[in-house]
Amino acid sequence: MKKSVILGALTVAGLSAGAAAAGTLDDVKARGKLNCGVTTGLVGFAAPDANGEWKGFDVTMCRAVAAAVLGDATAVEFVPTTGKTRFTALASGEIDMLARNTTWTFSRDVDLKFEFVGVNYYDGQGFMVPKELGVSSAKDLDGATVCIQTGTTTELNLADFFRSNNISYEPVPIETNAEAQQQYLAGACDVYTTDASGLAATRATFENPGDHTVLPEIVSKEPLGPLVRHGDNEWGDIVRWTLNALVTAEELGVTSANMAEMKASTNNPEIARLLGTEGTLGEMLGLDADWAARALAVEGNYAEVFEKNIGEATPIGLARGLNAQWTDGGLLYSPPFR
Amino acid sequence: MANTEVSFVRTETLPPMAPPIGEQGIVKWLRENLFATPANGALTLVALYVIYVILSGSMPWIFNGVWNTSSLTECREVLDGTRGACFSVLTERWHQLIYGFKYPPDAYWRPNLTFVLMLVAIAPVLFFDLPRKMLIFTAIFPFLAYWLIWGGTIMTPIIALLGVVAGGFVYTRFVASNFAIGFFGAILAALVVWIIGGFMTPDTANENAMLQAVPSRDMGGYMLNLMLGVVCVSLSIPLGIALALGRQSDMPLIKWICVVFIEFVRGVPLITLLFVASVMLAYMFPPGTTTDLFLRVVIMITMFSAAYIAEVIRGGLAALPKGQYEAADSLGLDYPQAMRLIILPQALKISIPGIVNVAVGLFKDTTLVSVISMFDILGMIRGPILGGAAEWNGVYWELFLFACIIFFVVCYGISQYSQWLERRLATDHR
Repeated sequence: MKKSVILGALTVAGLSAGAAAAGTLDDVKARGKLNCGVTTGLVGFAAPDANGEWKGFDVTMCRAVAAAVLGDATAVEFVPTTGKTRFTALASGEIDMLARNTTWTFSRDVDLKFEFVGVNYYDGQGFMVPKELGVSSAKDLDGATVCIQTGTTTELNLADFFRSNNISYEPVPIETNAEAQQQYLAGACDVYTTDASGLAATRATFENPGDHTVLPEIVSKEPLGPLVRHGDNEWGDIVRWTLNALVTAEELGVTSANMAEMKASTNNPEIARLLGTEGTLGEMLGLDADWAARALAVEGNYAEVFEKNIGEATPIGLARGLNAQWTDGGLLYSPPFR
Repeated sequence: MANTEVSFVRTETLPPMAPPIGEQGIVKWLRENLFATPANGALTLVALYVIYVILSGSMPWIFNGVWNTSSLTECREVLDGTRGACFSVLTERWHQLIYGFKYPPDAYWRPNLTFVLMLVAIAPVLFFDLPRKMLIFTAIFPFLAYWLIWGGTIMTPIIALLGVVAGGFVYTRFVASNFAIGFFGAILAALVVWIIGGFMTPDTANENAMLQAVPSRDMGGYMLNLMLGVVCVSLSIPLGIALALGRQSDMPLIKWICVVFIEFVRGVPLITLLFVASVMLAYMFPPGTTTDLFLRVVIMITMFSAAYIAEVIRGGLAALPKGQYEAADSLGLDYPQAMRLIILPQALKISIPGIVNVAVGLFKDTTLVSVISMFDILGMIRGPILGGAAEWNGVYWELFLFACIIFFVVCYGISQYSQWLERRLATDHR
């Protein structure tokens, strides 16, 4: 009985929080800053550098939204969240959006009452093992000890994978990627499993990367994307279309270098609509005509952001793979700007 | 009788002979202390071997350390296959480890100055041979420290100070006639000053303040640990005394409030309270009102350590013979006088080791805030430096060793002080 009272009180509080935050766009404008939830530190995706400046793939998403809404890519308050605190931070209104390599799942979308606005990175869970173990397939891992981050979808995928293949494993729960790396290198576990992007980034920092191998199996779909609260569709639209603007810009060949020129002299009506020289798309969003141009000016289109933060020229060295444009055999497919 | 032969009697004492070789100097010391019995000798040899193994492993690693590269890869190139530490991470990121990654670098002198001033302010409290007038600075210090660290308008700390002064004035004015009037009058007076002051300070005061305002979110590193440790210990000792006395009170309401508070807080892990502070409170407050996360954490840690200190002090109170209480009564002292002059000085003296124990534990527990994504020194290491920086991914020992050393320095200092204090206060003849 008491429990239900407490839960009831929480629900009421949660509902009122949701109701008050109905005008996130107005809140952000009034505040003059976007509160954006990011990870406490993941190579390439979000981390403060030696000067305390946040850099990374997810960070750019936050900056693009801030540029579109407030006209200033630096008007972002980065709120670092852990795997456990991220959803409460968003639900309670402490942050306006969460860009923290978070997997889009049914229950997070429906049950936790969030709105995933799209996918900015298609990932999948993989396994890394030392070469000397002599394992060539994840199905040979019967009885292995596995380092696994708690509170993530990878934990659940791992259980599913081993159960469906009828083999056993022993989990070694750890909190952060950095800890996992150390445990794995110290031999506390035979296998380290996390998103393939994370495995590649981790392996790149090893003293002898060649001694370790990433197994070919990708055991899950991990569509990572930014998310906002349910119930504020105007705000959700802004974040969604900012992401789509980056993707569409790549598809149309608009880069940070040629944007000004394109804006002045393009014949392509879709580019004109995207950059705000034609049509009233910005107005429909409740923003001005230049919103997408500003978002693109932060670090360029999707391809530029990718190459700069996690692409093959960086220490992380990820190939585009699934994250190529649909025209190049990838999954990136933005609805048209019309 | 052959008297001619007088039996020989020595007339002078022999000069002392040197002790046998096995009973002097280093040999004796070694034999008595290290090789007294065969078993002892074996243990000594084993211990020496263990020390040798540890040192031979760690010393080359430390002395071969690299101090001036800009990434782990470069470190490995410099070391070129030999074993050695990569201390470059400390030289490149030391400011992040100490101040967190967002405190403005041109303002680093502010925490530094605050730290020095803190030593001055804390000295008369710790060493009571120092002139008592130094306590005036101690009283001003919290307001000064707030202004230095957080910056912003100087009006905030001044108004806070004025409120406290007004409260103190009302208290001394009325407490002689009635404690309750004095106590609640003081709180009321302070509130009135704060509210009036709040209205008088313009909203834009922070913008052109002498010191740039730094929000709590930007605090981090070891500075955050020290701030939390100092603030929470100094708040929780008075609160703990009040709770311990309240628990012994004859007034049932007060007694039960104290008992429930202490038992509840002691029954809950600190990390749970911290999660409540960071996550749950946001649900419970009305939307839009956000209390500073630093303040929320300070409240939770203070509550936690106050409950423990209360129990330590209760132990001290219980250890006093009943005669001391009765002696105070028979002298005609009222309750505050009896406590202040007779009971608490003795009880607190007994409790010193326990209080220091709690204080040291509390200081180390401040690293728990890293799990609610505050960037204290451990949070900095685990998050941005190890997890986020591609160039330092994989430098564990150096960073955690550094954290160990600076925590050890402070904690060892505290425990040495408490031993000095116990010797200084020892008036019995054990």
